Amino acid sequence: MTIFDRWFGKKEDSAKNVARDRLRMVLQQDRSSIPAPIMEKIRADILAVLCKHLDIDEREFDIAVEREGEAVALTANIPIRRIRPEAA
Amino acid sequence: MAIEVPAPSADKDNSIAPDKTGRVIVITSGKGGVGKTTTTANIGMALAVLGEKVALLDADIGLRNLDLALGLENRIVYDIVDVVEGRAKLRSALIKDKRNANLAFLPAAQTRDKSAVSPDQMKSLVADILAEGYTFVLIDCPAGIEQGFKNATAGASEAIVVTNPEMSSVRDADRIVGLLEAQDLHNAKLIVNRLRPKMVRSDEALGVADVQEVLGQGVELIGVVPEDERIITSTNRGEPASLDETSLAGKAYRNIARRLRGEDVPFLTGTDLEEKEPGFLDKLFQLFGVKNN
Repeated sequence: MTIFDRWFGKKEDSAKNVARDRLRMVLQQDRSSIPAPIMEKIRADILAVLCKHLDIDEREFDIAVEREGEAVALTANIPIRRIRPEAA
Repeated sequence: MAIEVPAPSADKDNSIAPDKTGRVIVITSGKGGVGKTTTTANIGMALAVLGEKVALLDADIGLRNLDLALGLENRIVYDIVDVVEGRAKLRSALIKDKRNANLAFLPAAQTRDKSAVSPDQMKSLVADILAEGYTFVLIDCPAGIEQGFKNATAGASEAIVVTNPEMSSVRDADRIVGLLEAQDLHNAKLIVNRLRPKMVRSDEALGVADVQEVLGQGVELIGVVPEDERIITSTNRGEPASLDETSLAGKAYRNIARRLRGEDVPFLTGTDLEEKEPGFLDKLFQLFGVKNN
Protein backbone atom coordinates (compact mmCIF):
# COMPACT_ATOMS: atom_id res chain seq x y z
CA MET A 1 0.00 0.00 0.00
CA THR A 2 1.34 3.39 -0.89
CA ILE A 3 1.24 6.51 1.20
CA PHE A 4 -1.59 7.82 -1.02
CA ASP A 5 -3.83 4.89 -0.10
CA ARG A 6 -3.43 5.89 3.49
CA TRP A 7 -4.19 9.50 2.83
CA PHE A 8 -7.20 8.88 0.61
CA GLY A 9 -9.02 6.25 2.64
CA LYS A 10 -7.92 2.93 4.00
CA LYS A 11 -8.27 -0.31 2.13
CA GLU A 12 -11.15 -2.21 3.66
CA ASP A 13 -9.54 -5.62 3.19
CA SER A 14 -6.27 -4.86 4.96
CA ALA A 15 -5.16 -7.58 7.38
CA LYS A 16 -5.80 -5.18 10.23
CA ASN A 17 -9.39 -4.47 9.21
CA VAL A 18 -10.10 -8.14 8.60
CA ALA A 19 -8.76 -8.95 12.06
CA ARG A 20 -10.80 -6.21 13.67
CA ASP A 21 -14.03 -7.28 11.98
CA ARG A 22 -13.54 -10.97 12.76
CA LEU A 23 -12.73 -10.11 16.35
CA ARG A 24 -15.83 -7.94 16.65
CA MET A 25 -18.02 -10.79 15.42
CA VAL A 26 -16.48 -13.43 17.63
CA LEU A 27 -16.63 -11.24 20.74
CA GLN A 28 -20.27 -10.49 20.09
CA GLN A 29 -20.95 -14.23 19.95
CA ASP A 30 -18.83 -14.95 23.04
CA ARG A 31 -20.57 -12.29 25.05
CA SER A 32 -24.09 -13.32 24.16
CA SER A 33 -23.74 -17.07 24.38
CA ILE A 34 -25.56 -18.68 27.29
CA PRO A 35 -24.00 -21.80 28.83
CA ALA A 36 -26.05 -24.96 28.23
CA PRO A 37 -26.83 -25.66 31.93
CA ILE A 38 -28.21 -22.13 32.34
CA MET A 39 -30.21 -22.48 29.14
CA GLU A 40 -31.72 -25.67 30.60
CA LYS A 41 -32.66 -23.82 33.79
CA ILE A 42 -34.25 -20.95 31.87
CA ARG A 43 -36.21 -23.46 29.84
CA ALA A 44 -37.45 -25.26 32.96
CA ASP A 45 -38.33 -22.00 34.73
CA ILE A 46 -40.29 -20.63 31.78
CA LEU A 47 -42.07 -23.92 31.40
CA ALA A 48 -43.01 -24.00 35.10
CA VAL A 49 -44.52 -20.52 34.95
CA LEU A 50 -46.43 -21.17 31.74
CA CYS A 51 -47.76 -24.52 32.91
CA LYS A 52 -49.57 -22.78 35.74
CA HIS A 53 -51.87 -21.18 33.21
CA LEU A 54 -51.48 -23.13 30.00
CA ASP A 55 -51.34 -26.69 28.81
CA ILE A 56 -48.09 -26.73 26.84
CA ASP A 57 -46.74 -29.36 24.49
CA GLU A 58 -43.43 -29.86 26.32
CA ARG A 59 -41.74 -31.83 23.57
CA GLU A 60 -42.24 -29.03 21.08
CA PHE A 61 -41.41 -26.24 23.54
CA ASP A 62 -38.13 -24.67 22.51
CA ILE A 63 -36.05 -21.63 23.40
CA ALA A 64 -33.01 -20.34 21.52
CA VAL A 65 -30.68 -17.39 21.23
CA GLU A 66 -30.98 -15.70 17.87
CA ARG A 67 -28.66 -13.12 16.39
CA GLU A 68 -29.33 -10.69 13.63
CA GLY A 69 -26.53 -8.23 13.00
CA GLU A 70 -25.86 -6.45 16.28
CA ALA A 71 -29.09 -7.58 17.92
CA VAL A 72 -29.33 -10.66 20.13
CA ALA A 73 -32.66 -12.06 21.28
CA LEU A 74 -34.00 -15.00 23.21
CA THR A 75 -36.79 -16.54 21.21
CA ALA A 76 -39.28 -19.16 22.32
CA ASN A 77 -41.59 -21.47 20.45
CA ILE A 78 -44.45 -22.42 22.76
CA PRO A 79 -47.14 -24.68 21.31
CA ILE A 80 -50.30 -24.31 23.41
CA ARG A 81 -52.65 -27.27 23.65
CA ARG A 82 -55.28 -25.40 25.64
CA ILE A 83 -55.70 -22.72 28.25
CA ARG A 84 -56.22 -24.02 31.74
CA PRO A 85 -59.42 -22.84 33.37
CA GLU A 86 -58.55 -20.42 36.21
CA ALA A 87 -58.39 -22.25 39.52
CA ALA A 88 -60.84 -20.66 41.88
CA MET B 1 -21.61 -20.00 83.38
CA ALA B 2 -21.15 -19.52 79.66
CA ILE B 3 -18.55 -17.05 78.54
CA GLU B 4 -18.66 -15.60 75.05
CA VAL B 5 -15.26 -16.04 73.50
CA PRO B 6 -14.54 -13.87 70.47
CA ALA B 7 -13.77 -15.89 67.36
CA PRO B 8 -10.00 -16.35 67.18
CA SER B 9 -10.06 -16.29 63.39
CA ALA B 10 -11.28 -12.69 63.19
CA ASP B 11 -8.31 -11.78 60.99
CA LYS B 12 -9.51 -14.16 58.31
CA ASP B 13 -12.91 -12.52 58.12
CA ASN B 14 -11.85 -9.15 56.79
CA SER B 15 -11.44 -10.32 53.25
CA ILE B 16 -10.44 -7.01 51.74
CA ALA B 17 -8.04 -4.73 53.51
CA PRO B 18 -8.94 -1.04 53.53
CA ASP B 19 -7.51 0.94 50.65
CA LYS B 20 -5.30 3.10 52.81
CA THR B 21 -3.09 0.24 53.85
CA GLY B 22 -2.04 -0.55 50.30
CA ARG B 23 -3.25 -1.63 46.90
CA VAL B 24 -3.53 -5.23 45.79
CA ILE B 25 -3.45 -5.62 42.03
CA VAL B 26 -3.71 -8.89 40.15
CA ILE B 27 -2.03 -9.01 36.74
CA THR B 28 -3.87 -11.37 34.47
CA SER B 29 -4.61 -12.14 30.81
CA GLY B 30 -6.39 -15.41 30.20
CA LYS B 31 -4.06 -16.37 27.39
CA GLY B 32 -0.54 -17.47 28.22
CA GLY B 33 2.60 -15.92 26.84
CA VAL B 34 1.34 -12.34 26.48
CA GLY B 35 3.76 -10.97 29.06
CA LYS B 36 2.07 -11.13 32.48
CA THR B 37 5.24 -12.09 34.31
CA THR B 38 7.43 -9.57 32.49
CA THR B 39 4.81 -6.92 33.19
CA THR B 40 4.61 -7.81 36.88
CA ALA B 41 8.40 -7.68 37.27
CA ASN B 42 8.76 -4.40 35.40
CA ILE B 43 5.89 -2.49 36.98
CA GLY B 44 6.97 -3.79 40.40
CA MET B 45 10.51 -2.58 39.94
CA ALA B 46 9.35 0.76 38.52
CA LEU B 47 7.03 1.32 41.50
CA ALA B 48 9.86 0.47 43.89
CA VAL B 49 12.12 2.99 42.15
CA LEU B 50 9.36 5.59 42.63
CA GLY B 51 9.56 4.95 46.37
CA GLU B 52 6.63 2.57 46.84
CA LYS B 53 7.07 -0.43 49.10
CA VAL B 54 6.26 -3.26 46.71
CA ALA B 55 5.65 -6.98 47.25
CA LEU B 56 5.46 -9.20 44.17
CA LEU B 57 3.61 -12.45 44.56
CA ASP B 58 3.99 -15.30 42.09
CA ALA B 59 0.62 -17.08 42.10
CA ASP B 60 1.52 -19.31 39.15
CA ILE B 61 2.02 -22.31 41.40
CA GLY B 62 3.79 -25.20 39.68
CA LEU B 63 5.08 -22.97 36.90
CA ARG B 64 7.33 -20.54 38.75
CA ASN B 65 8.78 -17.87 36.48
CA LEU B 66 8.68 -14.47 38.13
CA ASP B 67 11.92 -15.35 39.94
CA LEU B 68 13.70 -15.52 36.57
CA ALA B 69 12.26 -12.22 35.32
CA LEU B 70 13.55 -10.61 38.50
CA GLY B 71 16.88 -12.44 38.55
CA LEU B 72 16.15 -13.73 42.06
CA GLU B 73 16.02 -17.46 41.33
CA ASN B 74 19.14 -18.21 43.36
CA ARG B 75 17.86 -16.61 46.51
CA ILE B 76 14.72 -18.69 47.02
CA VAL B 77 14.52 -20.52 50.33
CA TYR B 78 10.80 -20.61 51.05
CA ASP B 79 7.79 -20.22 48.79
CA ILE B 80 4.15 -19.14 48.97
CA VAL B 81 2.93 -22.60 49.99
CA ASP B 82 5.49 -22.80 52.81
CA VAL B 83 4.04 -19.56 54.18
CA VAL B 84 0.41 -20.54 53.74
CA GLU B 85 0.97 -23.93 55.36
CA GLY B 86 2.89 -22.40 58.25
CA ARG B 87 6.35 -23.88 57.58
CA ALA B 88 7.89 -20.46 57.06
CA LYS B 89 7.28 -17.00 58.43
CA LEU B 90 6.17 -14.44 55.86
CA ARG B 91 9.13 -12.20 56.65
CA SER B 92 11.70 -14.90 56.09
CA ALA B 93 10.03 -16.05 52.87
CA LEU B 94 9.85 -12.59 51.29
CA ILE B 95 13.05 -12.05 49.30
CA LYS B 96 14.34 -8.48 49.46
CA ASP B 97 15.78 -7.25 46.19
CA LYS B 98 19.36 -6.06 46.66
CA ARG B 99 19.08 -3.56 43.79
CA ASN B 100 16.17 -1.80 45.43
CA ALA B 101 15.30 -2.28 49.10
CA ASN B 102 11.67 -1.29 48.40
CA LEU B 103 11.07 -4.44 46.37
CA ALA B 104 10.26 -7.83 47.87
CA PHE B 105 9.25 -11.07 46.19
CA LEU B 106 7.35 -14.16 47.30
CA PRO B 107 7.98 -17.04 44.88
CA ALA B 108 5.49 -19.68 43.76
CA ALA B 109 5.98 -23.27 44.82
CA GLN B 110 7.42 -25.23 41.93
CA THR B 111 6.45 -28.74 43.00
CA ARG B 112 2.84 -28.11 43.94
CA ASP B 113 -0.28 -27.37 41.89
CA LYS B 114 -2.83 -24.61 41.57
CA SER B 115 -4.98 -25.96 44.40
CA ALA B 116 -2.20 -25.57 46.98
CA VAL B 117 -3.42 -22.10 47.98
CA SER B 118 -7.15 -21.59 48.49
CA PRO B 119 -8.94 -18.26 47.94
CA ASP B 120 -9.29 -17.80 51.72
CA GLN B 121 -5.60 -18.51 52.26
CA MET B 122 -4.73 -16.02 49.53
CA LYS B 123 -6.89 -13.36 51.18
CA SER B 124 -5.26 -13.76 54.56
CA LEU B 125 -1.78 -13.94 53.00
CA VAL B 126 -2.39 -10.63 51.24
CA ALA B 127 -3.73 -9.10 54.46
CA ASP B 128 -0.55 -10.24 56.25
CA ILE B 129 1.65 -8.70 53.53
CA LEU B 130 -0.23 -5.39 53.78
CA ALA B 131 0.19 -5.50 57.56
CA GLU B 132 3.95 -5.47 56.94
CA GLY B 133 3.56 -2.00 55.47
CA TYR B 134 3.69 -2.69 51.75
CA THR B 135 1.92 -0.05 49.66
CA PHE B 136 1.58 -2.22 46.55
CA VAL B 137 1.07 -5.97 46.24
CA LEU B 138 1.22 -7.19 42.64
CA ILE B 139 -0.03 -10.73 42.01
CA ASP B 140 1.22 -12.55 38.91
CA CYS B 141 -1.78 -14.66 37.88
CA PRO B 142 -1.47 -18.00 36.06
CA ALA B 143 -2.85 -18.28 32.53
CA GLY B 144 -6.25 -19.88 32.15
CA ILE B 145 -9.65 -19.38 33.74
CA GLU B 146 -9.70 -22.31 36.15
CA GLN B 147 -9.08 -22.56 39.89
CA GLY B 148 -5.61 -21.00 39.65
CA PHE B 149 -7.18 -17.84 38.27
CA LYS B 150 -9.80 -17.80 41.03
CA ASN B 151 -7.18 -18.32 43.74
CA ALA B 152 -4.87 -15.64 42.37
CA THR B 153 -7.62 -13.06 42.04
CA ALA B 154 -9.21 -13.78 45.43
CA GLY B 155 -7.03 -11.39 47.41
CA ALA B 156 -6.98 -8.56 44.87
CA SER B 157 -8.97 -5.34 44.91
CA GLU B 158 -7.84 -4.18 41.46
CA ALA B 159 -6.96 -5.92 38.20
CA ILE B 160 -4.73 -5.28 35.23
CA VAL B 161 -5.44 -7.22 32.04
CA VAL B 162 -2.48 -7.69 29.71
CA THR B 163 -3.18 -8.35 26.06
CA ASN B 164 -1.24 -8.44 22.81
CA PRO B 165 -2.71 -6.71 19.78
CA GLU B 166 -3.74 -9.95 18.09
CA MET B 167 -7.07 -11.71 17.91
CA SER B 168 -6.81 -14.65 20.29
CA SER B 169 -5.30 -12.71 23.16
CA VAL B 170 -7.85 -9.88 22.79
CA ARG B 171 -10.64 -12.44 22.76
CA ASP B 172 -9.29 -14.06 25.94
CA ALA B 173 -8.86 -10.64 27.53
CA ASP B 174 -12.54 -9.94 26.89
CA ARG B 175 -13.46 -13.20 28.60
CA ILE B 176 -11.19 -12.43 31.54
CA VAL B 177 -12.79 -9.01 32.01
CA GLY B 178 -16.15 -10.77 32.38
CA LEU B 179 -14.74 -13.28 34.85
CA LEU B 180 -13.09 -10.52 36.86
CA GLU B 181 -16.47 -8.79 37.13
CA ALA B 182 -17.90 -12.04 38.45
CA GLN B 183 -15.16 -11.94 41.13
CA ASP B 184 -16.24 -8.37 41.98
CA LEU B 185 -13.15 -6.89 40.34
CA HIS B 186 -14.62 -4.04 38.33
CA ASN B 187 -12.85 -1.35 36.29
CA ALA B 188 -10.01 -3.56 35.08
CA LYS B 189 -7.14 -1.64 33.53
CA LEU B 190 -5.76 -2.66 30.14
CA ILE B 191 -2.15 -2.96 29.00
CA VAL B 192 -1.56 -3.49 25.29
CA ASN B 193 1.78 -5.28 25.27
CA ARG B 194 4.14 -6.05 22.39
CA LEU B 195 2.67 -3.49 20.03
CA ARG B 196 4.26 -3.45 16.58
CA PRO B 197 3.93 0.15 15.40
CA LYS B 198 5.27 -0.49 11.90
CA MET B 199 2.73 -3.22 11.24
CA VAL B 200 -0.07 -1.03 12.60
CA ARG B 201 1.02 1.77 10.33
CA SER B 202 0.97 -0.44 7.27
CA ASP B 203 -2.49 -1.76 8.22
CA GLU B 204 -1.17 -5.26 8.81
CA ALA B 205 -1.82 -5.53 12.55
CA LEU B 206 -4.29 -4.31 15.14
CA GLY B 207 -3.49 -1.00 16.81
CA VAL B 208 -4.31 0.22 20.29
CA ALA B 209 -7.45 2.00 19.08
CA ASP B 210 -8.71 -1.22 17.45
CA VAL B 211 -8.16 -3.20 20.64
CA GLN B 212 -9.89 -0.53 22.72
CA GLU B 213 -12.78 -0.37 20.30
CA VAL B 214 -13.55 -4.08 20.33
CA LEU B 215 -13.11 -4.43 24.10
CA GLY B 216 -15.45 -1.50 24.70
CA GLN B 217 -15.78 1.03 27.48
CA GLY B 218 -15.48 -1.44 30.34
CA VAL B 219 -11.69 -1.41 30.34
CA GLU B 220 -9.54 1.66 30.70
CA LEU B 221 -6.17 1.78 28.98
CA ILE B 222 -3.28 2.18 31.40
CA GLY B 223 -0.34 1.36 29.17
CA VAL B 224 1.01 0.67 25.70
CA VAL B 225 4.22 -1.32 25.60
CA PRO B 226 6.00 -1.69 22.27
CA GLU B 227 7.66 -4.89 21.13
CA ASP B 228 11.25 -4.46 22.28
CA GLU B 229 14.09 -6.92 21.80
CA ARG B 230 15.67 -5.59 24.93
CA ILE B 231 12.99 -7.40 26.94
CA ILE B 232 14.64 -10.64 25.83
CA THR B 233 18.11 -9.55 26.89
CA SER B 234 16.88 -8.04 30.15
CA THR B 235 15.04 -11.24 31.00
CA ASN B 236 18.15 -13.22 30.10
CA ARG B 237 20.13 -11.11 32.52
CA GLY B 238 17.41 -11.07 35.19
CA GLU B 239 17.30 -7.29 35.17
CA PRO B 240 13.84 -5.81 34.58
CA ALA B 241 13.87 -3.48 31.55
CA SER B 242 12.24 -0.75 33.60
CA LEU B 243 15.70 -0.24 35.13
CA ASP B 244 17.12 0.42 31.66
CA GLU B 245 16.79 4.11 30.81
CA THR B 246 17.34 3.42 27.11
CA SER B 247 14.74 0.68 26.68
CA LEU B 248 11.45 1.76 25.10
CA ALA B 249 9.49 -1.02 26.79
CA GLY B 250 11.20 -0.01 30.03
CA LYS B 251 10.00 3.52 29.57
CA ALA B 252 6.47 2.29 28.86
CA TYR B 253 6.52 0.26 32.09
CA ARG B 254 7.82 3.21 34.09
CA ASN B 255 4.95 5.27 32.68
CA ILE B 256 2.44 2.62 33.77
CA ALA B 257 3.86 2.71 37.30
CA ARG B 258 3.44 6.47 37.38
CA ARG B 259 -0.14 6.24 36.10
CA LEU B 260 -0.93 3.64 38.75
CA ARG B 261 0.09 6.22 41.34
CA GLY B 262 -2.35 8.69 39.82
CA GLU B 263 0.04 10.70 37.69
CA ASP B 264 -1.26 11.92 34.34
CA VAL B 265 1.36 10.64 31.89
CA PRO B 266 0.76 10.88 28.13
CA PHE B 267 0.72 7.58 26.26
CA LEU B 268 3.57 6.70 23.95
CA THR B 269 2.18 7.05 20.46
CA GLY B 270 3.35 6.81 16.86
CA THR B 271 7.08 6.94 16.53
CA ASP B 272 7.66 7.29 20.30
CA LEU B 273 7.06 3.56 20.18
CA GLU B 274 9.80 2.84 17.67
CA GLU B 275 13.52 2.52 18.06
CA LYS B 276 14.48 5.00 15.38
CA GLU B 277 12.33 6.15 12.56
CA PRO B 278 12.50 8.85 9.87
CA GLY B 279 11.15 12.01 11.47
CA PHE B 280 8.70 13.16 8.83
CA LEU B 281 6.22 10.45 9.72
CA ASP B 282 5.74 12.00 13.15
CA LYS B 283 3.08 14.32 11.80
CA LEU B 284 1.14 11.41 10.39
CA PHE B 285 0.95 9.12 13.37
CA GLN B 286 -2.57 10.17 14.32
CA LEU B 287 -3.75 8.62 11.09
CA PHE B 288 -2.50 5.19 12.05
CA GLY B 289 -4.82 4.31 14.80
CA VAL B 290 -3.08 4.97 18.09
CA LYS B 291 -5.66 6.76 20.18
CA ASN B 292 -4.46 8.90 23.05
CA ASN B 293 -6.58 8.38 26.19
